[in-house]
Amino acid sequence: MSEEANPSWQPSPSDFTAKSKYQTADAITRPAMSYWQDAWRRLKENKRALFSLYLILGLMTFTLAGPYLWTIDPSAQDLDQIGMAPGANRNVTIAPTYQPWYGPTNNLVYSEDNLLSLTLVGDATSQAVRLAWKGGWRKTWQGTGPEPDNGQTNYGYKIYRTLFALNPDDAFGLPLMETQNHYFEDRLDLQPTDYYYTVVALDSQGVETDQFSIVQITVKRVITVLEAQKRGLTKSGPVVEGEEIKLSLHPFGTDYLGRDMLARLIYGGQVSLFIGIFAPLLYVLLGVIYGSIAGFLGGAVDQLMMRFADFAVALPFLLFMILLKVVFGIGPGESGVLPMLVAMVILLWPAPARLVRGQILQIREEGYVSASKLLGANTSYLVFRHMIPNTMGVILVTITFQVPSAIFTEAFLSFIGMGVAPPTPSWGSMCNDGIKSMLTRPHELFFPALFISITVLAFNLLGDGLRDALDARMRNRE
Amino acid sequence: MLIYTLKRLALGVLTVWFIATATFFGMHAVPGDPLSSDKSTTAQIRANLEAKYGLDKPLLTQYAIYLKNISQGDFGISFTQENRQVNDIIKEHFPISAILGILAIVFAALGGILWGALTALYRNRWPDSVIMFLVILGISVPSFVIAAISQMFLVNINAFAGTTILPIGGWGTVWHMIVPAMVLGLSTMAYLTRLMRSSMLEIVNTDYIRTAHSKGLPKTRIFSRHQLRNAILPVVTVLGPAIAGITTGGFVVEIVFAIPGLGRYFVEAIQQLDYTVIMGTTVFYGAFLVFMVILVDLLYGWIDPRVRINP
Repeated sequence: MSEEANPSWQPSPSDFTAKSKYQTADAITRPAMSYWQDAWRRLKENKRALFSLYLILGLMTFTLAGPYLWTIDPSAQDLDQIGMAPGANRNVTIAPTYQPWYGPTNNLVYSEDNLLSLTLVGDATSQAVRLAWKGGWRKTWQGTGPEPDNGQTNYGYKIYRTLFALNPDDAFGLPLMETQNHYFEDRLDLQPTDYYYTVVALDSQGVETDQFSIVQITVKRVITVLEAQKRGLTKSGPVVEGEEIKLSLHPFGTDYLGRDMLARLIYGGQVSLFIGIFAPLLYVLLGVIYGSIAGFLGGAVDQLMMRFADFAVALPFLLFMILLKVVFGIGPGESGVLPMLVAMVILLWPAPARLVRGQILQIREEGYVSASKLLGANTSYLVFRHMIPNTMGVILVTITFQVPSAIFTEAFLSFIGMGVAPPTPSWGSMCNDGIKSMLTRPHELFFPALFISITVLAFNLLGDGLRDALDARMRNRE
Repeated sequence: MLIYTLKRLALGVLTVWFIATATFFGMHAVPGDPLSSDKSTTAQIRANLEAKYGLDKPLLTQYAIYLKNISQGDFGISFTQENRQVNDIIKEHFPISAILGILAIVFAALGGILWGALTALYRNRWPDSVIMFLVILGISVPSFVIAAISQMFLVNINAFAGTTILPIGGWGTVWHMIVPAMVLGLSTMAYLTRLMRSSMLEIVNTDYIRTAHSKGLPKTRIFSRHQLRNAILPVVTVLGPAIAGITTGGFVVEIVFAIPGLGRYFVEAIQQLDYTVIMGTTVFYGAFLVFMVILVDLLYGWIDPRVRINP
C-alpha cells in the first residue's frame, strides 16, 4: 500500500512478471492435522476439560500409587481411635495397669440437706471413671440430721450416662446400672470426651424419685505401658507412667470401627474407579459390536436385533441391577465387584448399541464409503477404515458420560446394602457407613462423598470438553 | 395417530411381558429358595409350604401360573409377611411414592425451565455462571449425600428455632413432603436446566425469532410467547426417562427420610429376600415406567405437531 501512496513511484517491467508466491498458492502451508490431533488441540484450549483430565489422572494415581505410599491396612482397626476426626488430639498419657476398685476409701459424709450429690473419685481416664455420691434420702423423711443408713429409706440408685448436656426435660441418657452401693465404676467404652453422669435415687418400689444429681466429667485418654508397646507406640524408647506420647497418625481420621480413612479412601477408590471406568468400557464395547453388526447388516436382522435392544432398554435399570445382584449372590470371601460389573454389562449395553447403529447407518450412506466401495474395498476394510474411526468420537464421549452414572450406581447399590461386601471398602459403602453417624462424626460421610463428587464432576466436565472437541455435530449445542 | 397409539401400546404390553419373564427366571435362578431361610422345618411341613406357594410344580407350569396371575393383576402373597397380598402392599405404599414423585417432577420441571431460561437470558454473565455451577454440583453429588445433608440442615434449623419448623422424617402432612420432594427432584432439575439452556440458545438463532424482532414485538412478548414455548418442547421428551429416574431415585430419599413408600418397601423386601414382593414390585414398576414413557411420547406428539406427521 505504501507504494501506491508514494507519488514518485513508476512501474517497471519487473512489476508485470508473475510473482513466485502465486505459483505455490495451492500448497498446504500449515502442517496437516489428523482428526485426533485436531481434537486434542481443541481439548487443550478448554481449560475446564484439561483441568478435569489432570484431576482424573491425579485420582487414579492416588488410588494406584496410594497403597505403596500409605501402607496402612484398610481393614486394620485402631481401637484407641474410633471415629476420630482428622486433626484430633492424639496425645495419650501412660497410665498404670488397671486395679480393681471397691468404693472410696474414706467414709461417706452425709450432707446436712441430704440432697444427692455426685462426685468424681480420682482421675477420669479412658480406663475407668469412678463415681461416688452421698445423701439422697426421700423427701418424706422429716427428722433432723443425717438418718442412719438402716436400709429402709435408702432403696438404691440408678446411674445414667450421656454425651449431651442435659436440659430439665431430657432423659438422663444410657442407664448403666442399678446399685445399692454409694459408688460406681464405669468402664464401658470410654472415649476422650465429655460425659454427663446422673445418679437418681430409687424408692422402695424401685421407681425413680425426683432426687438426682448430675456431674460433668472430661475423660482423659490413657494407655498402659503394655498396650503402648503392643501397638508399636514406644519406638522412640522406653516410656514411663505419666509420660505423654502420641497415638498413630490418621490424616483423614478413622471410621466407626477405628479403621484408617485415608487407607480406606485409597482402596475404596480402586473399587469405585474400577467399576466406574471398566463397566462403561465393557458395555459400550459390547454395544458397539452389537450396534455395528445390526447397522451394517441392516434389513430383517437389524430389525430383530433392535427390537431385542428395545426390550432390554425398557428394563427398569436399578430394579434389575438389584435383582441381578441377588441372582449372582456373593460367596464368602468375595468382594462382589465382579457380579456388579457383569450386571451392569448385561443391563446397559443397549443404549450405546442404538447410538452406534444410528451412526453406522448414517456413515453407510456417506459419499466416501461409496467411493471406497467403488474402489473395491471389502467389508472389513470399510468397517475398520471408515465405520469405526468415524464413530470413535461419539463412542469416547459416551464412555466418558457413562462413568459418572456407573460410579453413582455403585454408590447407590452400596448405600442400600447391595454393593460390595465388607470389609472391601468402596466410596459408596463408606458413605453408607458414614451416613449413620453424620451428626456426631461428619468426616466419615464427608470424605467419601467428596471423592465421589470430585470424580463425577471431573468426568462430567471432561465429557463436555470431549464432546465439544470430537463431535462436530454436537458442538455449540451449549 | 390411533394406529400409532395402538402399536405403541401393543409393544408396551410385549415389553411388560419381557420384563415379567426376565424377572421370573431371574428370581428362580437365585441360589436357594424362599423357604430355605426359614426355621428348621420337617420334610412334611416343607412339602406343605411348597404346595401352598406352588413351588412343587415344574418350572414351566409355575411360569404359566405366574403369567396367568399377573395378567389378572394378582402378584401373589408375601413370603415374609403372613397372609399379606403383594397387591395390598402396592396399593398401600405406591400412592405415597407416587405423590412424592409427582411433587418432585413438578419441582424439577418448574425449576429446570425457570433456571434454564434465566441462564440463557443472562448468557455468559454472572447469573449464568452461578446457576451453571450449582447445576454441575447438583449433577455431581450423589442423591443420598444431598438427602443426608438436607436432613442435617433441617435438624440444625429445628434446633436453632427451638421448635419443629419442618419435620426431619416420616410422612403425613404436606410439610413432610416438601424437603424430600425437593431433594428427589434436584438432579432432574439440574439436568433439565442444562437442557433448557441449550434449547433456549438454539432457538435464539431461529428465523421466527428474528422475524419477531424485526416485526418490532416487545422483548418480553418474544421471550414468553416465542422463545419459552418452543424451548420447552425438548424438556417434555426427557420427562419420560426423568419419571423413571425419579421413581427409582425415590428409594434413597424414602430410606433417608423414613417415608413408607414402595421404594423403601422394595429395598426391605430385597434384604429379606421376599421373592413375591420383589417380583411383584419389579413387574409393577416396570409396567408403570413403560406406560409412562408411552404416555409422554403421545403427549409430545400432541404438543408438537411436527412429531405427529412422521411418528
